[in-house]
Amino acid sequence: MANVERPLSPHLQIYRPQITSVLSILHRMTGVVLGIGTLLLAWWLIALATGPESYATAAGFLGSWFGQLVLLGFTWALFYHLCNGIRHLVWDTGRGFELETAAKSGMAVLICSVALTVIAFGLAYTVGS
Amino acid sequence: MAEFTLPSNSKVTEGKSFKAEGAKNSRTFRVYRWDPDSGANPRVDSYEIDLDECGPMVLDALIKIKNEVDPTLTFRRSCREGICGSCAMNIDGTNTLACTKGIDEVKGDVKIYPLPHQPVVKDLVPDLTNFYAQYASIQPWMQTETPAPPDQERLQSREDRAKIDGLYECILCACCSTSCPSYWWNSDRFLGPAILLQAYRWLIDSRDEATGERLDALEDPFRLYRCHTIMNCTKTCPKGLNPAKAIAEIKKMMVERQG
Repeated sequence: MANVERPLSPHLQIYRPQITSVLSILHRMTGVVLGIGTLLLAWWLIALATGPESYATAAGFLGSWFGQLVLLGFTWALFYHLCNGIRHLVWDTGRGFELETAAKSGMAVLICSVALTVIAFGLAYTVGS
Repeated sequence: MAEFTLPSNSKVTEGKSFKAEGAKNSRTFRVYRWDPDSGANPRVDSYEIDLDECGPMVLDALIKIKNEVDPTLTFRRSCREGICGSCAMNIDGTNTLACTKGIDEVKGDVKIYPLPHQPVVKDLVPDLTNFYAQYASIQPWMQTETPAPPDQERLQSREDRAKIDGLYECILCACCSTSCPSYWWNSDRFLGPAILLQAYRWLIDSRDEATGERLDALEDPFRLYRCHTIMNCTKTCPKGLNPAKAIAEIKKMMVERQG
């Protein structure tokens, strides 16, 4: 028996996603997106410092429909990570661990992150135009 | 490093199908099977069960399958009332005890797998050697320096006794630990929710005098801090306990003793 190579029981393949676990992996993913987004921000700042021509290239890309879509994703990732980060801070005080509370705070984070994204883009378009 | 797919010897194939002849009220149970003697990959067998001739719990159905359809089906069970933790398995996508999970709680086919991301001994029986070794590693017994009072037990106030409510009820069924993605990827070093809840049970016990040593042993990037509050543990606990909160309390104790 000792020589038998045991199979590993299925895990990700079969485990039902929970609201708490989905929001948790979203926190990790938005964290990675923010890292990449910061590179984009740095590129924009470098272009700004380099001169009018390179700035026009950067502004042209970010102003295109694709660039704006990327910025929309970046903005939502920022607000989601921020809101869920606050949720984590509350957890660190030992509060909010009841299942019902955790589900509600998760929904609140989703709603807040979308609302803040809409507000930020609304402001950007109002000020920009 | 986390591996998100199953190794080639663990990929699950479609298995045999057993029909319930003449049943009016039938349900299909799709059960993970692996036979160490066959050398073949694991498979999922389908058993149609007449619910009019079966008890209400998933464990009743498994016992019926073993008694009447396929005696080779292997699973652990003992108390059939949610106190021994033997029949912990993955039912309908979450970990729970087969004896306290009602068949009517599941919609559609009842899918049954062993506890996730564990080596399989046979069918629904996982090898929990690592889990038990981790339990032993936290020294789950009362440790004292002061001598016990003469002719009497070490007493506790009602308030201090209340602190271990929600902890002592844990039956170590391993549902929570094997539901935790952090434990899936790091079970060689991360203790996992069940063992950390047990660690907290001794940390918070007013009679235990090894609190400092216990915290020292947990002060480690992996043993304690691989918990990222995913909360699958609390969500799945068949006893309604809250390992995620217990772990948060340990993290708080770590901070407080630095202050």
